[in-house]
Amino acid sequence: MLERAEIVRKEYLRHDKKFPHVWCPGCGNGIVMGALLRAVNGLGLDKDEVVLASGIGCSGRMPTYIDFNTIHTTHGRALTFSTGIKLANPDLTVLTVMGDGDATAIGGNHFIHAARRNINLTAIIVNNATYGMTGGQYSPATPYGSKSTTSVYGHVEHAFNIAELAVAAGASFVARSTVYHATHLEQMITKAIQKRGFSVMEVISNCHVQHGRRNKLGGAVQMINGFKDQSVTVKKAEGMSPEELEGKITIGVLADVDKPISTEEYLRIAGEAKEKADKVTKAKEKNGIKRYEE
Amino acid sequence: MKNEERYEIRFSGSGGQGIITAAVVMADGAGGFDNKHVCQTQSYGPEARGGKSKAEVVISNSPIDYPKALSVDLLLAMNQAACDAYFFDLKPDGLLIVDGGLVQQLPTSRSVSIPFTKIAKEVIGRELVANMVALGAVGFLSGQVALGSLEQALLSRVPKGTENMNSDALHAGIEEAKKIDLDALPRSVLAEWDDEL
Amino acid sequence: MENPEKQKKVLLQGNEAIVAGALAAGCRFFAGYPITPASEISELLSVRLPELGGTFIQMEDEIASMGAVVGASLAGTKSMTATSGPGFSLIQENLGYACITETPCVIVDVMRGGPSTGLATNPSQGDVQMARWGTHGDHPIIVLAVSSVADCFSITVKAFNLSEKYRTPVILLSDEVVAHTRESVVLPEDEQIRVFDRVRPDVPPEWYKPYADNNRGVPDMASFGDGYRHHVTGLVHDEKGYPTQDPQEIDQFLRRIHSKISKGFNEIQVVKTFLMEDAEIFVIAYGSVARSALRAVRDARKAGIKAGLLQLVTLFPFPRKSVDTYLRQCRVAVVPEMNLGQMGREVSRVNQSDCRIVKHNKIDGQLITPDEILKHLTTV
Repeated sequence: MLERAEIVRKEYLRHDKKFPHVWCPGCGNGIVMGALLRAVNGLGLDKDEVVLASGIGCSGRMPTYIDFNTIHTTHGRALTFSTGIKLANPDLTVLTVMGDGDATAIGGNHFIHAARRNINLTAIIVNNATYGMTGGQYSPATPYGSKSTTSVYGHVEHAFNIAELAVAAGASFVARSTVYHATHLEQMITKAIQKRGFSVMEVISNCHVQHGRRNKLGGAVQMINGFKDQSVTVKKAEGMSPEELEGKITIGVLADVDKPISTEEYLRIAGEAKEKADKVTKAKEKNGIKRYEE
Repeated sequence: MKNEERYEIRFSGSGGQGIITAAVVMADGAGGFDNKHVCQTQSYGPEARGGKSKAEVVISNSPIDYPKALSVDLLLAMNQAACDAYFFDLKPDGLLIVDGGLVQQLPTSRSVSIPFTKIAKEVIGRELVANMVALGAVGFLSGQVALGSLEQALLSRVPKGTENMNSDALHAGIEEAKKIDLDALPRSVLAEWDDEL
Repeated sequence: MENPEKQKKVLLQGNEAIVAGALAAGCRFFAGYPITPASEISELLSVRLPELGGTFIQMEDEIASMGAVVGASLAGTKSMTATSGPGFSLIQENLGYACITETPCVIVDVMRGGPSTGLATNPSQGDVQMARWGTHGDHPIIVLAVSSVADCFSITVKAFNLSEKYRTPVILLSDEVVAHTRESVVLPEDEQIRVFDRVRPDVPPEWYKPYADNNRGVPDMASFGDGYRHHVTGLVHDEKGYPTQDPQEIDQFLRRIHSKISKGFNEIQVVKTFLMEDAEIFVIAYGSVARSALRAVRDARKAGIKAGLLQLVTLFPFPRKSVDTYLRQCRVAVVPEMNLGQMGREVSRVNQSDCRIVKHNKIDGQLITPDEILKHLTTV
């Protein structure tokens, strides 16, 4: 692991960018970034052919530090940019990192439509149950009853189950892991990248500075250890009742289905359309303008 | 102010009567095939069927500035409501053509009444192509488009498989229009004054 | 002079001509969302782009459309979206992103009556100031307006060329009248069309600075996947593309992206003049209204009035120099608009002569007629 960490540090971090990064000590984002880079390294992807996109928030800063083609987009919109990039150059491997508020509040519509569309993209959602960068307001993943800077009396709304939302919206691959399970996380991200179609990787992460402190969940170590205690595998969860699953984190692969990928389907219909158009053009006498007529 | 270089046609009726299609084919015949300058516009509401429908074609030998009709040379009214609504700016010596079966009250004696819808139904067998019967009459009576061009434009724009039906409708309209003697129509008194001035 | 015997006219709608112009300029990516009166552009491109090896996608909304357009352009493809007022409001967020990241792209706004859902099937010119100032913060932008089907072709090509040359989004303002008017036009042959492509870097990747100043003020642009791995961000950034808080770097960057446009004023600011040589009274108009204005000017000439027309093709950066020249020449300027004076205020702003400015504003969803303008020309 240490050897690989060294490779990751040397090969994948941007050394012309002035560190340190913006993340607080103990933040789960670093663990996600490490797992992501090890996964890319393990898959032997060429850095020139990888795009890392992000939205706004703490996770949004991740691309800044990594030596891929990187883009830090607007809040919630990362998947829309990724869609454009992938369609314009389908040879690129496009990874999108978002936070829970980023992906499922302001970007919720883009998220479900990306899943429905099934473009060959990988979305990694770092779910720390809060808006950390703006000071700890409640997000769509903040649990009922939790305290945040905008729910000081306790949160009266209910949280999204992000991975299940992705399943329902039609994602080809959905997995969940936590920042405690660094190796599992790397494996899951690897599978998500390998999967052809839209894949979603939800990573339960800690924001001890905002969410943890206000809800007496302890520091980084306690929170991350908590994820270990709360987690159950998909297999184990199958035999548990909804009551027993209350407060648990189900980790592993939640969906893995094969269906036509819209990027590839598009290339197919485009090829057919081109063939048909070429025939028509040849048939018509040399009249370059005719083709604009409807 | 006279706009002698322009010839303006207004097609009117209700949504679903193919008013805009008729105007587009007219514009394509005169512009695309006869190489004249044409401008075709329409006004429409949010509904696809029903409601008033209006489309205009301006034809000129020089580039057209204002794209809509200024004073209409030929008004086609496919129902009474359209006739009432769009007659107001027909030139004094302009020509009104109406669907004789659907327009009973004529605002002027200088008008041509042909039962387009009835012809479409009885001769072609489809009421749907009344617009093309009317277009045939408009094409012939306006004298603004070569009838061959009009037919070519029609064939290039109607859905595949309906070419014969539409072209038959066009010819039925042309034939019916040939029976009309325009010179026999009364001229506007106003227009005579206009010429003297 | 064109030879009408040789050049075949085709009957095209304004929206169709925009498609033809975009394709001729090399546009190969379109993302959009259905909206009246711009939908024909989407529909036609959904047919044409696949045939040409390009990409068409209908997104979940206009925010997403604009995100996809910027993404595709960063991946090296000339890209475009088309919308109308309500959608134009939504694209503003990522339009700002295109400005700060200097990403070329073209946004067509077919103006309809507003505010809000407004008048979906009626023309308007109500989005003019929004096109200039719609996205937040000081930002450079180029706004062009079309008035005919022929314009829809040639100005769309121009929009792409300026966008590529200056690495900036270009907004093309059409309106419901131009969009749906069919006219017989002669389109230029492909070889007659001048197409400008963005300048790509040729330095070794380790030397590449994606936002460094040069004599044009427009940095060379690498695409994702070209081997020039770099960072793109909506944060104010240094010349390598990394976020900066350094006041000097911030100031330098923001001034550069503005000055690159002002350096190109001569090329960017396009106007057309009709009968202006000896004009004593003139009309300043753009879009479909310019055609009513031309008719009015011709009619006024027939009545012995020395009238002329200054048609603005470029609305922003406001062609101050041309407007100023004629304000000094004439005693009255009539500014007819299908809004409550959005360009009229620009004219007033730059007026330093004794020229009287008469605004004619119409907001009933109908095109201004020649007679309405003529009335001003004959009475003032």
